[in-house]
Amino acid sequence: MNTDRIKEKLSILADAAKYDVSCASSGSDRKNNNKGIGNASNGICHAYTEDGRCVSLLKILLTNHCIYDCAYCVSRKSNDVKRVAFTVQEAVDLTINFYRRNYIEGLFLSSGIFSNADYTMERLVLVAKKLRTEHKFNGYIHLKTIPGASDDLIKEAGLWADRLSINVEMPTEKSLALLAPDKKREDMLRPMQFLKDAIIKHTEEKKIFSKVPMFAPAGQSTQIVIGATPETDLEILYLANGFYKKFNMRRVYYSGYVPISNDNRLPAIGTPVPMIRENRLYQADWLIRFYGFPVQEIVNKDNPLLDTDIDPKLSWALRNLHLFPVDINKADYKLIMRVPGIGIQSAQKICAARKFRLLSSMHLKKLGIAYNRAKYFIESAGEFEKKDWQAYQLKSIIVAEANSKYKSNFSPQLNLF
Amino acid sequence: MTVVGYDGSFTGLFTAVFEIYEYKISDSNITRDIVANSSLFGNTHIVTTDETKASRVYKKLQSVISAKTFKQLYDVYLSEIKDIDNVLFRYMQYALQSKFVIENDYSNADVLMIQQTSRKVHREKHRMEAFVRFKLTKDNLYYATIQPDYNVLPLICKHFKERYADQRWLIYDVQRKYGLYYDLQKVEEVKLDFSEAATTTNIFSEEEDIYQELWQVYFSNVNIKARKNLKLHIQHVPKRYWRYLVEKQV
Repeated sequence: MNTDRIKEKLSILADAAKYDVSCASSGSDRKNNNKGIGNASNGICHAYTEDGRCVSLLKILLTNHCIYDCAYCVSRKSNDVKRVAFTVQEAVDLTINFYRRNYIEGLFLSSGIFSNADYTMERLVLVAKKLRTEHKFNGYIHLKTIPGASDDLIKEAGLWADRLSINVEMPTEKSLALLAPDKKREDMLRPMQFLKDAIIKHTEEKKIFSKVPMFAPAGQSTQIVIGATPETDLEILYLANGFYKKFNMRRVYYSGYVPISNDNRLPAIGTPVPMIRENRLYQADWLIRFYGFPVQEIVNKDNPLLDTDIDPKLSWALRNLHLFPVDINKADYKLIMRVPGIGIQSAQKICAARKFRLLSSMHLKKLGIAYNRAKYFIESAGEFEKKDWQAYQLKSIIVAEANSKYKSNFSPQLNLF
Repeated sequence: MTVVGYDGSFTGLFTAVFEIYEYKISDSNITRDIVANSSLFGNTHIVTTDETKASRVYKKLQSVISAKTFKQLYDVYLSEIKDIDNVLFRYMQYALQSKFVIENDYSNADVLMIQQTSRKVHREKHRMEAFVRFKLTKDNLYYATIQPDYNVLPLICKHFKERYADQRWLIYDVQRKYGLYYDLQKVEEVKLDFSEAATTTNIFSEEEDIYQELWQVYFSNVNIKARKNLKLHIQHVPKRYWRYLVEKQV
């Protein structure tokens, strides 16, 4: 093995892959039944980079050669960077040896597009196939679906991979046309539909024949770049909501744009990454997926942007003060979950514990809810911070108390207009 | 106050619970370390671990709490936190006396303590599943040392056995001075004498260094400098774990 050469390739191809933020290794149920190596049912973050992001998978490009010229991408054709490529065997060896040392949960393999879509997709599939068949590898594999690849190849990818993903990147067709003129939205949506249908078909077959081979057990995901183009949170969250509903997406990732080029269609190099906005979008996403909020309760025509200084659940509560206070000892679980400062687990605990005795504020504090925030919205055993606050007064009180620990770290971006 | 001393085993703890009832000890203080905890004026009761007595407590307890909660008691026992045995005892007492199932009574201090401690232990278990870094030795053994906050080796055994079924491995807890060894068939508890082994560097295979370096290269290249957030980094990987992590050795 030529160590220096591999090191160089690894540094270039890891660097180019890192703007894809997906790192999930959960949602699969692949077991180590063949006395091989690995299983994929845990979702473990093995390391964390200095930016605080989890490293769960070996996330690399197979190559950074690319025929496309998407303005937001480091591997775009017109960018003057060194081009390299892993051989299939090199990618396989790295995965296996990292996995055996417990560095990773599996492989996240993406690629620039060389020659054409099918040629590229075939290589990706080959790596996954080799891992599964020659090495009895049962760890997690996430493959990128290359836009424009043929259905047969996508189908084969699903046989070896746990998750497949295709990134829409740009929130609207207009932005895509502006920044990635070679790409068509249609080429991204079609494989999503195809995969959704294939996964449903597989689930149906599995009900009849128990021994059907797995097909993308961790489903599909996608990514939207935010802050590169002027779309509102409303447009982004409605798009995401559509993905969850229409394509049964497991995850939609929001990637705050990291400036990498002097292209005047994009924010200049040195512009801060919109990290707070990204964080708020994830919070909103969680509210939609786990807290039962319909998207229009979080963003709508009157409120197209998420607040950056407070989280979306608190914003919602302040817009709906007439629903509060919620009686902790009587209210429905679903309503308790909507109280700012109470999460899913605390809500469950509250509903379990109140069967034994009336809960007072003392109990609630010990249970671990964010009492200082929740106290304005709840009533417990007759106690309630009752003041006739207006929403804006309440907001300033809570913001002053909380004093976000992130305030000094990041500056908001693109919420000035 | 009667100090009740037992041998530190899970069965021993249950025997102690049995004997507190058997001898009607009203004001007990259960301890794994009788020397440090015996008092000059109080009574001392030494428990001899007894399967039969312990299993009577198991059985009775299992009829009043769920299997999941029973498993939590084991996790909590492994935490080795000071005074945790007395919390466990009070919890069992409450569960046995009560007319209804008490495991969700989170406004009771002991019930909450058990639930919270079991989560802490579970989190440490999960951390070890993440932070173990195997190094390949010349005789093809994947070897790792750990120093977890709680005694989680018994809890991570199944995970590593299932995952690394086709490689020999050894995970050693340097603080508690025992390890788990998998020989491709079964996992065994082992004790090592560290007087000379492991300190010499040449026990590792030639390719070991290469893969460690490659991992470090990878680790530094996936970092996005524009997003640097060391506070979050340390929150995820507290500094006490760094010495065992290959990627933090640069």
